[in-house]
Amino acid sequence: MRLTCPLCGDRDRREFHYYGAEVYADRPDAGAALDAWDDYLHLRDNPAGETRDLWYHEIGCSAWIVVTRDTVSHRILQTALLTARQRQVGKFVYQEGDLREVPAKPGAATGGERP
Amino acid sequence: MRIAGKGLVDGSATIGFRFDGRDYTGFAGDTLASALLASGVRLFGRSFKYHRPRGVMTTGAEEPNALVTVGRGARAVPNVRATVQEIHGGLEARGQNAWPSLGLDLMAVNDLFAPFFGAGFYYKTFMWPRAFWERLYEPLIRRAAGLGALSGRSNDEAYEKAWAFCDLLVIGAGPAGLMAALGAARAGAEVILADEDSRMGGRLLLESHEVAGRAGADWAGAVLAELGAMANVRLMTRTTVTGAYDGGTYGALERVGLHVANPSEDLPRECFWRIVARRAVLAGGAHERQIAFANNDRPGIMTAGAVRGYLNRWGVAAGRSVTVFANNDDGHRTARDLVAAGVRIAALVDVREDVAMAGDFPVHAGARVIDTVGRQSLREVVIADREGRVSRIASDCLAVSGGWNPALHLACHMNGRPVWREDIAAFVPKPGMVPGMRVAGAANGAFSTQACLAEGLAAAAAVLDDLGFKAAPVDLPEAEDGAVRIRAYWEVPGATHRAWLDFANDVTTKDVRLAAQENFASVEHMKRYTTLGMAPDQGKNSSVTALAILAETTGRGIAETGTTTFRPPYVPVSIAALGAGGQGRGFAPKRLTTSDRAARERGAPMIEAGLWYRPSYFPRPGEATWREACDREVAMVRDRVGVCDVSTLGKIDIQGPDAGRFLDLVYSNTFSTLKPGRVRYGLMLREDGMVMDDGTTACLGPGHYLMTTTTAAAGQVMRHLDFVQQAHCHDWDLRMISVTEAWAQFAVAGPLARDLLNSVLAEPIDGAAFPFLACGEVRLMGVAARLFRISFSGELGFEVAVPARYGAALWRDLVARAESLGGGAYGMEALNVLRIEKGFVTHAEIHGRVTAFDIGLQAMVSGKKDCIGKAASTRPGLSGPEREQLVGLRPVAADRAIAAGAHLFDEAAEAVSANDRGYVTSACWSPTLGSHLALGFLRDGRARIGTRVRLVDHLRKAEVLCEVTDPVFFDPEGGRARG
Amino acid sequence: MRYSGLRVIAEGLSGNRGWKPAWRNPDPKPAYDLVIIGGGGHGLSTAYYLAKNHGLTNVAVLEKGYLGGGNVGRNTTIVRANYFLPGNQEFYSHSLKLWEGLEAELNYNVMHSQRGLINLFHSDGQRDAFARRGNAMVNQGDDAELLDREGVRRHLPWLDFEQSRFPIHGGLFHRRGGTARHDAVAWGYARAADRRGVELIQNCEVTGIDIEGGHVTGVQTTRGSIRAKKVAIIVAGRSSQVAAMAGMRLPIESHILQAFVTEGLKPVIDHVVSFGMGHFYISQSDKGGLVFGGDLDFYASYAARGNLPMVEHVMEAGMTLMPMIGKAKVLRAWGGIMDMTPDGSPIIDKTPVEGLYLDAGWNYGGFKAVPASGWCMAHLMATGEAHPVARRFRLDRFATGHLLDEEGTGSQHNLH
Repeated sequence: MRLTCPLCGDRDRREFHYYGAEVYADRPDAGAALDAWDDYLHLRDNPAGETRDLWYHEIGCSAWIVVTRDTVSHRILQTALLTARQRQVGKFVYQEGDLREVPAKPGAATGGERP
Repeated sequence: MRIAGKGLVDGSATIGFRFDGRDYTGFAGDTLASALLASGVRLFGRSFKYHRPRGVMTTGAEEPNALVTVGRGARAVPNVRATVQEIHGGLEARGQNAWPSLGLDLMAVNDLFAPFFGAGFYYKTFMWPRAFWERLYEPLIRRAAGLGALSGRSNDEAYEKAWAFCDLLVIGAGPAGLMAALGAARAGAEVILADEDSRMGGRLLLESHEVAGRAGADWAGAVLAELGAMANVRLMTRTTVTGAYDGGTYGALERVGLHVANPSEDLPRECFWRIVARRAVLAGGAHERQIAFANNDRPGIMTAGAVRGYLNRWGVAAGRSVTVFANNDDGHRTARDLVAAGVRIAALVDVREDVAMAGDFPVHAGARVIDTVGRQSLREVVIADREGRVSRIASDCLAVSGGWNPALHLACHMNGRPVWREDIAAFVPKPGMVPGMRVAGAANGAFSTQACLAEGLAAAAAVLDDLGFKAAPVDLPEAEDGAVRIRAYWEVPGATHRAWLDFANDVTTKDVRLAAQENFASVEHMKRYTTLGMAPDQGKNSSVTALAILAETTGRGIAETGTTTFRPPYVPVSIAALGAGGQGRGFAPKRLTTSDRAARERGAPMIEAGLWYRPSYFPRPGEATWREACDREVAMVRDRVGVCDVSTLGKIDIQGPDAGRFLDLVYSNTFSTLKPGRVRYGLMLREDGMVMDDGTTACLGPGHYLMTTTTAAAGQVMRHLDFVQQAHCHDWDLRMISVTEAWAQFAVAGPLARDLLNSVLAEPIDGAAFPFLACGEVRLMGVAARLFRISFSGELGFEVAVPARYGAALWRDLVARAESLGGGAYGMEALNVLRIEKGFVTHAEIHGRVTAFDIGLQAMVSGKKDCIGKAASTRPGLSGPEREQLVGLRPVAADRAIAAGAHLFDEAAEAVSANDRGYVTSACWSPTLGSHLALGFLRDGRARIGTRVRLVDHLRKAEVLCEVTDPVFFDPEGGRARG
Repeated sequence: MRYSGLRVIAEGLSGNRGWKPAWRNPDPKPAYDLVIIGGGGHGLSTAYYLAKNHGLTNVAVLEKGYLGGGNVGRNTTIVRANYFLPGNQEFYSHSLKLWEGLEAELNYNVMHSQRGLINLFHSDGQRDAFARRGNAMVNQGDDAELLDREGVRRHLPWLDFEQSRFPIHGGLFHRRGGTARHDAVAWGYARAADRRGVELIQNCEVTGIDIEGGHVTGVQTTRGSIRAKKVAIIVAGRSSQVAAMAGMRLPIESHILQAFVTEGLKPVIDHVVSFGMGHFYISQSDKGGLVFGGDLDFYASYAARGNLPMVEHVMEAGMTLMPMIGKAKVLRAWGGIMDMTPDGSPIIDKTPVEGLYLDAGWNYGGFKAVPASGWCMAHLMATGEAHPVARRFRLDRFATGHLLDEEGTGSQHNLH
């Protein structure tokens, strides 16, 4: 498995540490009820299909990355820096330029670059 | 028997080797199988369950029968395919799964009991009496099962792993693979061509076909010469691509030294490659399948393609009188090639009525083989003609072709399912089953040489187009282009004896039918119940035929019945290759402090602390045990001065205007109020409210902090800080980085610590200018250093940090000065005693299940601010009298030893789970207090201080009555550290 | 029909034509008292104990594929009772006792082999943690012995005691630990449940859960709708999807755990052995294959297949611990889909929907739990009360903080 770090490019999975679903970045406000914390810490959509999750480029640039991928096919669809997230009425979106499209087939958009 | 003038082996180079205790010779280019067949050997092994005599059946890695053990002693490799093992001088191989010998195997008695050993028989018996399972039945089954044996000795040979990257990985160097590689390489793409054989060319080496008007092998040689001369091509022979993984990553096993006589010790036996390919072409060919008929497993019964392959490539006639049995035209080639080479064809038997073949041998159209005769070698083939008339044909070799199964396994490694093609009676891959992979040639169901060449070239063109390369001209050569003519035919009906499907696991057609009869009717149930397809060949020779028979039995179609899942590896891969580098110390990196060498020179036993090595204690002459050294080191620190390398603690440099605010978020207590020049103890929680780590953080200047973590949690804390910052406050102005390795840091502790330091500091310090929890920049011996007045021993203590390059020198110097003051170096054992005496926690206590409340630090969770973990720590289950709380434990009789891991009970309670009140986390002998001491967790422990509990340690047979105390045993007021 | 050695001989002499189907192939009825979604180990054992212990036989088990096709047939077959937290201890202890009588109970040889489990430790700290665990096991009435290095050497002389990156200091020996033939457990329970009247319906995928007024009324399936008074979700690996049909969001993230088997070899490893410093555990099957595994691949996945980083890591762990296995060849690797919970322990509980029950979250410890999970789930469904040994496996324990975190790794699902 390979991931495209938005800063470093195409790298082997073993450079990354996986955390879990992207929602873990949506920390409740300090005063939120315990239910909200239970939801945040424990409950997961856990889709069989497209998901967004958090990866840390630990043996690399230390960036936390939001990866859009498919949990059934393992296809990687998009990667973005976690810091590129912006809050917009209750959900998180990304600016156009912050997303790194991952080619549908390995290598298609890397133009012969060597990792 | 070798046929003069045939084959591609080098008849001038004779090689001697041994098999099963006898000497043989072969030629350069021979495999063990070809050389032994040439020498007339028929018996290669014994089958798994019935110990039936077995001979070689194929020419490739899919071989189910001819599994042998190669080598001796620790270097013996079991279950080696004789069809893959190249002979070399000194090669020693032997048969397996036979006792006392291959020829006379007493376990063959199993064959007589075969009626009772049908599929799944063991689920129905061996249940009584119960105690006999482990003592009798299971040991007998285990001894009978298994094929080869491991030596039981540690591997002592080199194995390697490597990475490679390319635009195109071509898997298989037959006609399709060669064309794919040539097409891509001429266009300038970086190509890796991997083939599992010792010589590239694939089926072209095994057939008598011509390509572009030359012998197939010659044409392949010319293409390979061109490819070999190109800088953008890497040819990897003896390399089997074993798995397709995500992101265009392929696993491949290269047999580097397995064919070499007297290899140097440095030459790896095998290398496991991780090949990252932007595109791949699978051109792995196809496997010929058997037909199930009675006694179809005798030595001498082979696939038809193998029989002519041995002739064409190795010049070996697999028999003197060969019968061919086929359901398709391809099998006829065997008769044709053998006759041309002067080998007698006893008969051609074809199940099809409408088959005609001209030749100087009898042709039995519409006939079938119904039985065979001959125990250790085939003697006769029994056939029935279309009217059912039975005749016997003297034959020592039966060449069977039931059609071909594309070798599509790699294409299925990502859970894709192949589709059934009725016209060629075979499963073929669907496009796109593995992203970036195309399948070409026979692996794709294109069985003529011409079609293979064309598909290979087309695959290259498609890949080049995908990757944006401009295609270069490549001519498509002309070759044999026969249509596939086959009648799906899996089993000769009405067999009176067993007919084998899975030769390696001894699964017969009866077993498949029995499975269906017992309602193990889905293909997965059938596989699991009969074990068909789970043997070393992983069903390459059997699974399609078996599921066809299952489909017939259950009245479903083949497509509906479906296949089982093909999983990596494509061929078995040694653990030594997949785990290369892990043996011995290689499993994990070693981290050494700057004082490592000096500590070892002093004879300190080094122990693992995470990836680090740290000194356990520093023995001195006359000390017989570690305890004596430890007690002395503790006393040294309490009375004089000790020096300890604490560089392994994690160090994170945090800078920026918002750094203080950030620390407030990640620590439970407040840091934004910490003044430059001051240090504070911090408690860090996980977001779930449990204690993650603790440590001190120093304020080195405005907006500049140095955080320390425990050794164990350094990586986790760094990751956590990066997450908190990037997820929750990326707009705050701060930066941080781990500087753990950049600084060497030494604890100097004891009443004389200041005296020692003042002997090296450029400007001496005193208690007023450098009070407890002060920090600052200092100079010592001309080097800029950092000094922290902190203590993990409870004594007057400092930690001095210098750039790592000065660490080794400073440590020697500090220890020498300490020794001149009556002190010295101390190790982990003493450090542990010192901290237990003071009730300081380590990860023995903060083991991931404890809250600040549990360790009595609830006051450190600031009520004035938010912090990570604060909200979750308020969950009702995480505080209160039901929780186990940190306490000290002191034996009522001071000399009664306590061991960590003991459990706590009320004095009179029975030591059973229902009465369990807690457990001991850390324990030591305290030379300072003259008593054994322990820390532990006790339910509602703080309320029980002053009472007694009983420690029970079943495992070490100890019971100790203890007094529950405050966790701080020594100097509870802390005056010594502040002094 | 009853299985026995005599029967095997009698059938063998008459051409094995008399063996009956291990279970029937019923078509689903319009209604049952209880419907169990999931024909894996836990679902089948639940069905069996509903019938056996509680006399409830109007029960259907709905399986979307084939019986035992999930994790019960994709694991490393280890059976043990070596937990140390109250809540887990008594449950796995109960399960092991059920294992010890399983062949007689089911009249099916599941080859439960109590060959002994040795967990190796490599430091004083690990020894202390194992001592705590071992004492807890003895407190519970189970068995544990602490072995020093020489003690381990007597059992496993071929380990690399000194040269390994993490030299071996000793081990915790659990003599009653061992292995079983995984598929046979599913088949044994299936056959025994079928004989008691439970209907096992394969190729029947549940597509919806019917709820009226907060009460479950049945399920929608690919073979029609089925009414039921009580419905159990026992579908580890797909728990989140099925629970979502009832509007529930679970504390579960799905992860891949790979396992491996080598070619058949003559007996060489007689115990179950696990490595304390790397995630690696190994035993040898009765057929001779070395069966071993390691840690999760660590990313959420439903692919039932893994990737090379963990494959290699597991093999490296094997090579540092026991370099005599180097010449064994890995035959097959597979992946199971694990329900990973935020404390590493399972859930056997009612749900907010009346009549809907959940048995899920087995992380990678589900195989050995098959008997007790079914026992306790059947008890819960039949009586409405949690069985005493499973009373802490509550769905709300994450919200309340009554956690069962054996690993101490906290709420990150994949770290358990």
